[in-house]
Formats: sequence, structure tokens, C-alpha cells
Amino acid sequence: MFKSSRVRRRLGGRPADPLLQDLRAALSPQRVRADEAERALFAHDASIFAGGVCGPVCFPTTTAEVQAIMRIAARHGRGVVPRGAGTGLAGGAIPLGAPVVVALTKMDRILEVDVDNRVAWVEPGVVNLDLTKQLLPLGYHFAPDPSSQQVCTIGGNVATNSGGPHCLAYGVTSHHVLAMEVVLASGDVVVLGGVDAEPSGLDLRGAFVGGEGTLGIATRIAVRLTPNPRSVRTLLLAFDSTRAAADTVGAVIAAGIVPAAMEVMDQRITVAVEAFVNAGYPVDAAAVLLAEVDGLEAGTTIEADRIAGIGRAHGATSIRVAATEAERALLWKGRKTAFGAVAQIAPSYYLHDTVVPRSALADVLEAVYEIAARHELIVVNVFHAGDGNLHPLLLFDDREPGIIERVHAAGAEIMQASLAAGGVLSGEHGIGVEKQQYMALMFSSDDLDHQDRLRRSFDPTCRSNPGKVIPASHSCADIQALRQVPAGVWG
Amino acid sequence: MMSPFDAATTDFAREISDSGPIAVEGSRTRWTTGGALDPHARTVRAPTGILEHRPEEMTVRVRTGTTVGDLHDRLAESGQRTALLDRGGTVGGAVAVGENAVCVLGRGLVRNSVLQVRYVSAEGRIITGGGPTVKNVTGFDLPRLMVGALGTLGLMAEVILRTNPIAALSQWVVSTDADPFAARSALYRPSAVLWDGSRTWIELEGHAADVEAERRALDSAGSWEVTSGPPSLPPERWSLPPAELRSIDVHDTGRFIASVGVGTVFASKVKPPEPMSPALRELGRRMKSAFDPAGRLNPGRDPAWR
Repeated sequence: MFKSSRVRRRLGGRPADPLLQDLRAALSPQRVRADEAERALFAHDASIFAGGVCGPVCFPTTTAEVQAIMRIAARHGRGVVPRGAGTGLAGGAIPLGAPVVVALTKMDRILEVDVDNRVAWVEPGVVNLDLTKQLLPLGYHFAPDPSSQQVCTIGGNVATNSGGPHCLAYGVTSHHVLAMEVVLASGDVVVLGGVDAEPSGLDLRGAFVGGEGTLGIATRIAVRLTPNPRSVRTLLLAFDSTRAAADTVGAVIAAGIVPAAMEVMDQRITVAVEAFVNAGYPVDAAAVLLAEVDGLEAGTTIEADRIAGIGRAHGATSIRVAATEAERALLWKGRKTAFGAVAQIAPSYYLHDTVVPRSALADVLEAVYEIAARHELIVVNVFHAGDGNLHPLLLFDDREPGIIERVHAAGAEIMQASLAAGGVLSGEHGIGVEKQQYMALMFSSDDLDHQDRLRRSFDPTCRSNPGKVIPASHSCADIQALRQVPAGVWG
Repeated sequence: MMSPFDAATTDFAREISDSGPIAVEGSRTRWTTGGALDPHARTVRAPTGILEHRPEEMTVRVRTGTTVGDLHDRLAESGQRTALLDRGGTVGGAVAVGENAVCVLGRGLVRNSVLQVRYVSAEGRIITGGGPTVKNVTGFDLPRLMVGALGTLGLMAEVILRTNPIAALSQWVVSTDADPFAARSALYRPSAVLWDGSRTWIELEGHAADVEAERRALDSAGSWEVTSGPPSLPPERWSLPPAELRSIDVHDTGRFIASVGVGTVFASKVKPPEPMSPALRELGRRMKSAFDPAGRLNPGRDPAWR
């Protein structure tokens, strides 16, 4: 009995589990973890949603190991959830139904930088900003620059089709991913896309990007190198209303200017940011617009002047042009650390992500303030105004009874207001578990059926990141069932 | 909420119905691309008309039977254009074939320009994928799947395209002694760099002073004259990695014009087909059977024809 107990209660102090045994044999015991602390950690991501139930956590280092994990999980009838840095805000990396979690952070090599083809092959765990730092001395960068770029991974960027401030002119992640090696849920490996001009066949690369891990796991990614601009002009315009800032953004685009970035922050967040970085942001302004143009010398000078003129015509109370690279970097530091700065206002936040037509920005912003006020919540707005991508932050103290319910109710109304203005549910965070139930507000049953056909073509058994994106009624996985540990299966 | 179906789309769906082999006929500019259409297939025409151009949103909603020429004429009134290739065909044909304009470095890729697609499914249902805004990650990317699919997954009725401003100045220059690769490297953002093995044509676009500065930067790579436009292009289309153009002699292209920095080669000879991995072919087959189980949409055509 003593002997039997020792056999049963080895690794992790748990009964021996055939799934765990197979995974440890395929990788190494050190890179398959199943202790309570690890599983609790990987049950969550950066979103505010309740954690799921996490199975074994694997840290593969090669495509062959990812393939082995997929095949073992299939044999044991378990789902697989890929995970990068866990910075996603829509709950896309939350494990549902005790799946095998595949943490790709140890696949973090830049495999090849090919300047002649303007492409870099990277593993999915490479950190976004690390890639750009490697490329900068060569005269290039990786254009998608989400606020989490210091920690988020390229694999995660591919999964969510990430954006960032500079996607206004340069496009989101899909514009910058040329090809990928992907392990499908079956364990088959395919190369999607190509570094040639017009790869043959269906654009399965385009279909895969933004798939939120439901279509397979990218193990090698070919990203486009974007040349660094020869000239950059960064302007900070202050306004006495958010409407004036929003209208300026629309007027700039209507004038035929496509800036590299146009970001708006309202007064409350500007005050918090200024206290944090001391960049000289005008704290008395109702809203500030950070606009950047880049390219060649003459064009950037002309366009910066025109933006300043359009700003003045819309009542800008001050206009400052960054005189040095250090000043520009400090202004951007303020914008990119805004989400951290809100800790001065409240301990928790729920960051929303919808897109509306630029012409509707001012009206939808007013609706957002009204919704927050009605639910007695603090809201601040810091967003990618240039492409109409709103990011209202609802700030709260989650120790206050009943406040989470108010936050979710307000969030739902913000989504509805955005859709009513001709917008969409998500600009760059994705659907995950956050917005599944709202998909039917934007798409018909037939539309969702076709999205599900796309998904099932990649993963006929719906084992790759089960229970995400498509509402439960349209996919094979029932989300409520997935929240339970499968009967008789060790979680 | 998505815009309601317009009557033309509903009529188009009724005409397509839910059975029998069927294809959409545009201007037949790329009619044989991807293989000969099954002669038993019925052909229909997509509805025409520009539904809404919003210059301040940089979007245009257009029915797919509209010609690219008509669309671009209309957009030009507001100083805008799209990435679509204008060879005399329709918007639907340009998206379904998915080939990029010769000035793709300046215009952008077709696959990045389709924001929303509305198509009729094999079952005769009207499906909407994507959304009307320039940025959108709501659900799976059906618009990109339709680009280059040759109408084998759905028959497009209308699309919302991203538009872009037309540059203040566009200028073509030509050289008989330039190294096209050195020329490409000397430039920040040319719209096109074309090379036939001896001559190099370049399109520069932007503000006049920038175009002039870029033209001066080219002096390090050769001597240049202003010209009226690109050369006439041979009919066949090859797709290579851009760096492979340096050793283009190893390919039997016949007469060629290569797009430097892009990898497209316009050639007089047909490119030999390249084998596709069995796993990738199987994935494409599953996609086709999921969207068109009976194989009624554009029978005979294969998006993986190259």
C-alpha cells in the first residue's frame, strides 16, 4: 500500500495521469508543469474575466514538440490553448475545460533577418519590442506597436491581429505577416502564405491571423520589415472639448492626410499621465491630440503645418511640436503608459475596445460619458482616434459590492452605442470570451455559420482554444460545459 | 449593426439560387485564370453601382459588377483611389482574382483593402463578413478569404474597400544604365520599380519637393529621364521572393518585366506549376467543401492554379 501510494503520488503530489505522463515523455518533465501554483497562474490572462480550469502547462521549444503536444492532446480528447505573454484583454488565453496550455514563451528566437527580402522569420514567443530593437540598427522596425509591446509576443500579435497607434498608416498585424508555419489541431504542419509576391491558393494566412488560437498554433512567423521613416514630426494639440479634438481628427483625414498616428486622451487620463511621466502634457485641457506624421522631409513638414492649421480652425488652445527625439519619446511614453497611470485613480480598470466611423467619434464619446455617469462609474478615454478605435477605461475598486455588475452593464451599453453608430465590436483586442454573446448583435446567424465553417476547416473537432470567438450556439463547444472539469479527468 | 441588404443583392441571391453549377461573369479580363470554367455552369452578372463613398472615413461601398475604372473615376473626384488593379474589369473580378497593381508599393495590397464583403453562398444565402470600419477584428476574417478565391467560396455582391489619398505628384522616370536593386535601396518609398534586364522604370509619388529629392537620390544608381508611364507588360504573371529577382536568369521567363522589391514578374512564358504540400492542399479542400459542399461555385477553377 505504501509502495502503491508512492507510485500514485509522484510528480506534483498528484495521482499519476496518463496525459501528464505522455506529455512529460514527449517534452521533458521540467517543461510540463502541473503544480497548483502554475495552474492557478495560467488559468487567467490580463483580462478581468474569471479564470478557467487549467490542465497541464507545456513549454515547448520546437515545432516537433508542439506537434507532439497536439497529437497527445487529441489522443486524450483534450483541448489545447496556445498562450504568449498573457496580455490579452478579451480572455482569449483563459483555458476552458481543463485543456493543455501551450506556453510559447520559450520559443523566443529571431531565426533570420533577411534584409534583401525585407522579412524576418521569428518564433512566436519573441517579444514585439525586442524584435524592433534588433531591427532598428539595420534601418527597419516591426510596425504593429500595441501598448503592451514591451512584453507581448509576436505569436500573440498574430492571434489577435494586434494594432497599436501606428497602425493608422501602416496597418494592423495581418498587413505585416507574410507567412507562417502552423501546427493544426490534428498535428499536421502547414506553411500558410509565402514571402513571394502573390502566393498561390486561398489566403489561408489571412484567415489564420486574428484566429485567437482557435485555428492552430503558429510556430514560425515571417514578418515584414518596415523601413524607418527618414523624417518624423510629432505634435501635441490641446482642446477645450473632446468634441473639438475628435472633429479635428476627422478633418485631417478628410483633407487627404494619413498621419502615422493620431491619439486622443481626455483630461482625466492626461492629468494621471502627466503626474506619472512629467512630459509637459497640458493638464488644463479637456482633451489632447497626439499626432505624428512620418516619411520624407518636405512631406512631413507640410503635413505637420496642415494638421496644426486644421487644429487651430477647430479651436486648439495650444499646439506644441516635439523639438527633439527625446521630447518625442517622452510624449509617446506618456501615451503608452496611460493604462498604468490610471492606478492613481482607481485600483482596477476594464479597458474596452470598439471602432466607430471617425465622423461618429464625438457623438459616441458623449454617449460613453453619459453611460458611465448613469452607472456611477469613472470613465477615462485614451484611444486611437485616427482609425476610430475607442478605448474607454471604466475605473473601479473591485472590493465595492455590486460594482462588477455595473461595470459589465456599462460595457454592454458602450458596445451597443458603438454598433448603433455604424461601428464594430472590436478593433484590436479580439472577441475571446468577452464579446461572444454580442457577436449576434453584429452578425446574422448565417454570417456566424460561415465564420464557423472557416474555423472547422482548420480544426474540425474544435479542440484548438475551445469555447472562444464564435457564440456557443454556433460552434461545437458548449461554453458552459467547458467551464467544468471533464468528469473523471484529472484537471 | 450591419447595413440592410439592398434590393440588388437580394435579386442577385435569387438569381443564383441554391442549386446547379454557376459563375459570375464580369468583363472576362481574367476569364481563364485558375482553369477553364465548367461549360455546364450558368453565368450571372453582379449588380452595379457605387452605394456610398465616405472620403473622411477612407471607405467606399460598391456593388461588385461596377468597373474598377468607374469606381476610380468617382473616387478621384475626392482625390482618392483604391488598391484594385484596373485592367478594364469589374471590382468583383479584381477582388476574386486578387492580383495587385503594378504600383503595389504605393497602392497597397488588394488583400489588405477589403474591409467588408457581402456574398451569396452556395446555399443561396446572403453572408456578410468583416465590417465597415478601417480597423476591425470582430470574428474570423472572411474578407481576406474571398480575395484570390476566384469565386469558389461565395459569389460577391458588394464590398466595402479602404480608399487612400492620391499623391500630390506622381512621376515616372526611366534609366538604361541603372542597377535596379541599388535604385530600390536608395529610395524610401517608391510606388514601383520595374526592370526588364536592362532598363529600369520607377514611379515616385508624394509632395513635389520629396519627389524631387528622391529623384536626386537616384543619381547614385544611374542616369534618369522623365517618362510618361510604365512599359507595356507581358501577359503571364510569376510570383517570386523579391531577392530572387537578382538571379532571374535561372528562370525560363522569356521576355520579362520584374517588379523589384515585390517579386512579381510579368513574363512572356508561363510559370511551371509548383507542387503544394499534401497537408496544405487538404486544408484548402476542407475549406472548399465547407463553403461549397456540392462544388457548384465556379466549377473548374482552382485558386491554387499557379
